[in-house]
Amino acid sequence: METLEKNQTDIKQLTGAQAVVQSLIEEGVDLIFGYPGGAIMPVYDALYDVDDQLEHVLTRHEQGAIHAAQGYARSTGKVGVCLATSGPGATNLITGIADAQIDATPLVCITGQVASHLLGTDAFQETDVIGISMPVTKWNYQVTKASEIPKAIAKAFYIAKSGKPGPVLVDITKDAQFEASKYQYQPFTGMRSYLPAPQLMSSKVKEAADLINVAKRPFVLFGQGVILSQAEAEFKAFIEKTGIPAGWTILGLSALESDHPLNVGMLGMHGNYAPNKLTNECDVLIAIGMRFDDRVTGNLDKYAKQAKVIHLEIDPAEIDKNVKTDVAVLGNAKESLEALTKLVHPNQHSDWLQRFRTLEQEEYEAVIQNELEPKEETLTMGEVIHQINKASDGKNVFVTDVGQHQMIACRYARFLQSKSMITSGGLGTMGFCLPAAIGAKMGVPDKQVIGIIGDGGFQMTLQELGTIFQSKVPVKIVVLNNEFLGMVRQWQELFFDKRYASTIMVNPDFQTIVKGYGIQTKLVQERSELQSAVQEMLECEDAYFLEVRVGKENNVFPMVPTGASVSEIRLK
Amino acid sequence: MKKRFTISVFTEDVVGILNRVTIIFTRRKINIESIAASESEVDGVHRYTIVITEQEDLVKKVVLQLEKQVEIIKAVYQLDKDIIYQEIALYKVPTNVLASGGEAEKIVRAHFARVLSVEPEFTVLEKTGHKNETQDLFNELEPYGILEFVRSGRVAITKPMRTLKSIITELENN
Ligand SMILES: Cc1ncc(C[n+]2csc(CCOP(=O)(O)OP(=O)(O)O)c2C)c(N)n1
Repeated sequence: METLEKNQTDIKQLTGAQAVVQSLIEEGVDLIFGYPGGAIMPVYDALYDVDDQLEHVLTRHEQGAIHAAQGYARSTGKVGVCLATSGPGATNLITGIADAQIDATPLVCITGQVASHLLGTDAFQETDVIGISMPVTKWNYQVTKASEIPKAIAKAFYIAKSGKPGPVLVDITKDAQFEASKYQYQPFTGMRSYLPAPQLMSSKVKEAADLINVAKRPFVLFGQGVILSQAEAEFKAFIEKTGIPAGWTILGLSALESDHPLNVGMLGMHGNYAPNKLTNECDVLIAIGMRFDDRVTGNLDKYAKQAKVIHLEIDPAEIDKNVKTDVAVLGNAKESLEALTKLVHPNQHSDWLQRFRTLEQEEYEAVIQNELEPKEETLTMGEVIHQINKASDGKNVFVTDVGQHQMIACRYARFLQSKSMITSGGLGTMGFCLPAAIGAKMGVPDKQVIGIIGDGGFQMTLQELGTIFQSKVPVKIVVLNNEFLGMVRQWQELFFDKRYASTIMVNPDFQTIVKGYGIQTKLVQERSELQSAVQEMLECEDAYFLEVRVGKENNVFPMVPTGASVSEIRLK
Repeated sequence: MKKRFTISVFTEDVVGILNRVTIIFTRRKINIESIAASESEVDGVHRYTIVITEQEDLVKKVVLQLEKQVEIIKAVYQLDKDIIYQEIALYKVPTNVLASGGEAEKIVRAHFARVLSVEPEFTVLEKTGHKNETQDLFNELEPYGILEFVRSGRVAITKPMRTLKSIITELENN
């Protein structure tokens, strides 16, 4: 009786646009990123009335809006929301949607669409965004009636955040935004065609535990699944009980603190020496919430062939996709780890762990030392990260762009807290960092958020300095300027006879540009200026832009060349 | 080794789902040899029958990626030996070549083809069977002039006894 009455009073007439906004508020959204235009104007108009409940951040480009939503989602663990108009507004979202799809980031993208009677007629700013986004969304849906809106939005949030998260897109025709309809919001609770996480099978957990309990040289690989399922504590309990060394993918980075004794570093192409080498010596490989990306595995024909493989994974389509598994434990990583930890025996693998330490020392002497405390005159990217580490408490959130600086940041940034490395891993989207850092900072305003960008990638979304300026986002931006598209140049040097085809960057004066946006800036060209500049940046209450001129032709090592096996990783 | 597989995909009845199904094939550059869409025995559930020739481990991955789609209820793959399948072919031939007692008439009889329609100018024949059977008829009639020919995608019924209803009931109770 009571609920019935309540429901009756809840039913009100709203326009579709108001229904969109109310539905977002119902879902607990208080911050969205977007850019207006004709086909989404009714929603903007509705936002105007609720700006005390639902803040809208105007970016300078829709790509900026979606990357900001991604940064927000990844720093908070919540669903990121962005808004764009039809046609070019919607197509400008696509790169970010593809990025979120491959990196499993929960996003709800709402696009305006031409009026329903114009669909399919090549109307002004009409694009088939449903068709275009289909390959890169977890789900998408076109709304043509106001009455569909509450359910479509509820379903969108449910799908975006449940199971393996991902981006969803709801395209709403302009007439549906104007139309008035009864509004009643009900959270979406499930559908028969979609099982967010498979039921954990205890027999599989037992099989995995049996393998782990007899392993002599077990090795754990962990990815973002640990973070997405909030399994950081369960993960730590598992490795600590079993004493198994653990290497991470760049999406899994920060799930385990950097200086944990069992953290043996980064996997893959520019990862650490020990975890790559020893992947091909372990006897049991335990992959947790990671998907054996080719950047991690190198040549699959020579990848961990000696090992029995256990895969803890939420997505059945990932099992055996790249690496054949012996035991697949399907389920949410948190539950799987909890169950597994109960069945494994306490252990230590001191000799095996020592192997990692020895190789780590080798890498330190050959690469790391010179990267962090270089002897030559030119500055290195590594020493910049090192200075930031030294001047802070390990609680920074790092956001990176794509290239050499990204690999260096992943390799050397220190972390104490989870969800603190936000990087475009699967898609490798240049231009990701600046807007993602804005979104991250707005998501976790109490944390120090530092974007690390190359001079190339900075210029892909540089316009978002305007967002920092207008919305007063106190984010720290570090451009490591080598006047090259560094990562591509490195490949040209190593594999294309140093033929630097279109990788030289003739850059404008970034200082002048940034000053134009009213942002504090500093340029560092000498080592002697670095420490104080980093200090000043970290202490600054507002946004701060630090440009460091680094060695132009420095390379990132170690490296697993394309086609090589992970154990063929080169130190130089 | 590549073999011929029949993939049955059961989906919710929503706009655009066919596109989501085919994307999984096109992104791996797999050619769809035939596709048939229809309702299933369960209200609101559509089924697609798709034939491809591929390695089994690849087919397995494709099927898992199909099932991963939010609005796909179930996808299964089978070899020809595990299904009962048929295709239907229609042939439009000049009526005069079918004059009684002629060679063409004997061919039609020998193949148990059905006459669907007789017009002064043309006759439409129907033959249901496996592709080689409908093709044989095509080949034999060809010298007499085939004005138009069409063959449907394969439709298939699976041999295992598990019903779609029971699968859906289980999913709905999850
Ligand atoms: C949108 C996009 N275009 C092209 C690339 C290919 N790419 C990868 S790294 C890189 C160079 C990046 O140069 P820069 O931003 O200066 O960073 P650096 O490598 O010098 O640190 C390029 C062009 C990409 N990842 N993304």
